[in-house]
Amino acid sequence: MVKSDFGYNSKVEGEVIVTRADAVVNWVRSNSVWPMPMGLACCAIELMAAGGSRFDISRFGMEVMRFSPRQADCMIVAGTVTYKMAEVVRRIYDQMAEPKWVVAMGACASTGGMYRSYATLQGVDNIVPVDIYISGCPPRPEALLDGMMLLQEKIRQEGGSLRRTFRGRTIETKIVS
Amino acid sequence: MDAAALTSRFPATQDLAGKDMPTFRVAGADLLAAVAFLRDAQGFDLLADLCGVEWKDRPTRFGVVIHLLSTTHREYVRLHVDAVGDRVPSVSSLHPGANWHEREAFDMFGIVFEGHPDQRRILMWDAYPYHPLRKDFPLAGIEVEFPAADVAEVTGKKVVPAPMMGGPFVSHGGKLSEGEPTALDQSWNEQHPKA
Repeated sequence: MVKSDFGYNSKVEGEVIVTRADAVVNWVRSNSVWPMPMGLACCAIELMAAGGSRFDISRFGMEVMRFSPRQADCMIVAGTVTYKMAEVVRRIYDQMAEPKWVVAMGACASTGGMYRSYATLQGVDNIVPVDIYISGCPPRPEALLDGMMLLQEKIRQEGGSLRRTFRGRTIETKIVS
Repeated sequence: MDAAALTSRFPATQDLAGKDMPTFRVAGADLLAAVAFLRDAQGFDLLADLCGVEWKDRPTRFGVVIHLLSTTHREYVRLHVDAVGDRVPSVSSLHPGANWHEREAFDMFGIVFEGHPDQRRILMWDAYPYHPLRKDFPLAGIEVEFPAADVAEVTGKKVVPAPMMGGPFVSHGGKLSEGEPTALDQSWNEQHPKA
């Protein structure tokens, strides 16, 4: 986070911190990403390794993997998305509460990878908006962590963090002082 | 494996002189009786594989190849069956494990298994109109509607032919490249982004 987000000088302001709502909300969100593993192929094995003690995704506050879309805010699409599965992926994405992000992990989820065939969706960005693409076949856990840190960076840059859409309507949360 | 017993019991059976295991071509009408005979009298109690085949040079376009294993004598036998039209009798009443294999052969080739308890597609979605492993079907696929209408409406997408781009399943005429693997089609690469 850029330093100017928090204007805090203990001598002048005592115990008061001046900041923007976006900065605080994004800071909280970026450090508690709850990923949902959409493990469809071998990339999911690397995703599991990233959750293990050696690579330890919990260093970034992301260890709370949820297998329910209702409780997750980041879908990690790890593997080959077939046309038959695409429907399910989209439906699960729709069930996630906002704010939500999608990470396309590996060549298959990003572009269809080596599966240039009648059965395979050529990139999950055809059906859901993707925030981060991670290269590799499969990417090593370090690459996944790098992508997730990039996602954190992206979350910190977002504006309008108090705004969300619900059934096509935009709802703005107002802070009253 | 008593080949003489099989051929004398089912005279239409033809010994194909398999190099790796005993191989026979069985008439479709004899198939169920022959598989039952091999299971009960010859000990071939395990269905190892069942797959569809599209022949290039046989009078019938489609066929089925069945591998049976005897767990007591530790030997295999292979049975070829020609489809009549596109129909073959189902052996899933004798070997329940054939159920999903037959569904796959139906899905990929359109071979209909008579007497199958649940003849549905198993890999492609139910409404898919083609049989992808047929020789006249292009590897890239054919444009059809998306499996789910509501998802198609939200995304505006269709199932479209995949860009082959010299991919791993495209034959290069037997010539092997010595350099880095690159796609033959360079219409979309690092210099020219995807349109």
